[in-house]
Amino acid sequence: MIQLKAVEKTYRTDTIETTALNGIDLNVAKGEFLSIMGPSGCGKSTLLNIIGLLDTPTRGEVLIGGQQTTQLSDKQLARFRNQQLGFIFQSFHLINDLRVLDNVELPLLYRNVSARERAELSKEALAKVGLGNRMKHFPSQLSGGQKQRVAIARAIVGQPAIVLADEPTGNLDSAMGNEIMDLLLQLNEQDGATIVMVTHDELMARKTHRLVRLFDGAQVNDHYLKNAYA
Amino acid sequence: MLKNYFKTAIAVLRRRKFFTFISLFGIAFTLTIVTVLAAFVDNTVSANYPEVHRDRSLYITLLKQENTKDQGQWNSPASFYYLDKYVSTLKTPEKVAISSFFNPTNAYRNGRKLAVNLKYTNAPFWEVMQFDFIEGKPFTEQQVANGERVAVISEDTKRDYFGNAASVAGQTIEVDNQAYRVSGVVKSVPVTMPIAHADMYVPYTVSKADYRQPTLMGNYTAVLLGRSEADLPAMQAEYAAVVARVKPEAKGFDVFKSNADPYLSSFLRNSPFGDTDDGGVGRAMMAGALILLLFMLLPALNLVNINISRIMERSSEIGVRKAFGASGHTLVGQFIVENLILTFLGCCIGILVSFVAIQVINGAGLINNIHLTINGTVLGFSLIACVVFGLLSGVYPAWRMSRLQVVQALKDR
Repeated sequence: MIQLKAVEKTYRTDTIETTALNGIDLNVAKGEFLSIMGPSGCGKSTLLNIIGLLDTPTRGEVLIGGQQTTQLSDKQLARFRNQQLGFIFQSFHLINDLRVLDNVELPLLYRNVSARERAELSKEALAKVGLGNRMKHFPSQLSGGQKQRVAIARAIVGQPAIVLADEPTGNLDSAMGNEIMDLLLQLNEQDGATIVMVTHDELMARKTHRLVRLFDGAQVNDHYLKNAYA
Repeated sequence: MLKNYFKTAIAVLRRRKFFTFISLFGIAFTLTIVTVLAAFVDNTVSANYPEVHRDRSLYITLLKQENTKDQGQWNSPASFYYLDKYVSTLKTPEKVAISSFFNPTNAYRNGRKLAVNLKYTNAPFWEVMQFDFIEGKPFTEQQVANGERVAVISEDTKRDYFGNAASVAGQTIEVDNQAYRVSGVVKSVPVTMPIAHADMYVPYTVSKADYRQPTLMGNYTAVLLGRSEADLPAMQAEYAAVVARVKPEAKGFDVFKSNADPYLSSFLRNSPFGDTDDGGVGRAMMAGALILLLFMLLPALNLVNINISRIMERSSEIGVRKAFGASGHTLVGQFIVENLILTFLGCCIGILVSFVAIQVINGAGLINNIHLTINGTVLGFSLIACVVFGLLSGVYPAWRMSRLQVVQALKDR
């Protein structure tokens, strides 16, 4: 489903060159739930951004669903992200000016989906994350866990093949974190979504199928926790 | 999609009320000035009382004699002699009004000096112009031919000279040391309509100057009234043929030029824009649009700055929208629409303020007898100016915002 071939990412300024990723080769199978761990600054989020086509590699190739992505234009990338990818961020990144339902509708806004269908699909997604009764609320009226549920609903409303989660439980207490993790596991098991999650939490990572560890931009460990995808 | 943009735009406006106030104030103030100016230009240029037939009228306001050898040029209105000989005799117009530009003179009443703008006219002047007679009637062809000292006075002159008298038709008014019998009183015309405006209208035959003098240059204009707008090209062609036969009268001058033009062109013809087939209307409109654009540029730049700071506050939103499928073009579209919504709100306030400002201007009598209105043309122009303003102030911030990298935008939260 996801193929990374010799991916490198280097940040350059006038005086310094920093290698964030160094020769990453990674294959993620369809339906797999992969977690990425490593110390701060090791390149986890950079890797996730490159998989999510939010950033471009300095060298190497990124293929999603067999499609080469490095040559796509801004418009093609936008369409690709819209149809294939869903994002969950550590700090939720909800639009505070819009109500919960409008936030969830966002990915559908950039497809040719009628307002009525958008509303129906968004309500379904919100019901799935247990927030069917918070549609008219604004993000500022929700708890952290509820905000992350809304973010998950937004990520799944367009039924993307891949969900990318950047420390989805990082801003939540353990109880809330577990609830969110259960939701992601349910999404993976019941809906068959391929999920790539960056986390600092070993316990959360151990619930996934596979754990990849990074250090100083390099892949130092790739360990299958459940045999189905080994 | 538009509903979502609208919701976001309104939410953003409500979030930073001071910025919103500054933005709306700037837009409304600019649009108010533009609307009042548009109302003034519309009032001056459009067919208004008493020149209600401008659409089927041609104006001869200027003669030109040129010395091509020495690059000399002599421009002046026409003499009565010229207009009577070459214009009154044209076959294609239905009627030809001849009148002088108004001459400032004085009248005295109860030891008080009154400034009176005096205009000499022929009798068809009253048929070409559609004056409202409050009392009495215009002077006749016969009275003009007889050189009778009769006058049509404006309502203002009646009030200034005769006070509160109920009726003044038949009474005597003394202007420029000459006594005239008042034939009629008409509703006053503002000075912004120089062909029709005067405080007192008298037959050209009572002029102290010799109207029979066979000279080309003078102080008269002619209005050629066609039966319909379709007659205008034929009237222009006939007049052009007549002009071609007229020889310059001044020594050394070898070219004689004059045009029968629609109202606006007749005045622009003598301007730096005037040397074109349309009498300079196109160039004048371009110049006007350019000046308007420059006028709107300063508040637009101010709004650009405010918009940039507002948009940059929304970098997280931009990042999220891009992550979930908005292309740069889509976001440019969204922010332009949002800015147009803001501009439209400012425009609505501006038009409301304009209504008030125009009432104040009309009531204050800054220009006597002018009655500005916000009609469909003025409203349409204001809306166009509003859209231009919205685009001027919205495109650059939107473009800059669309260039934000998603990762950077999400980090800037």
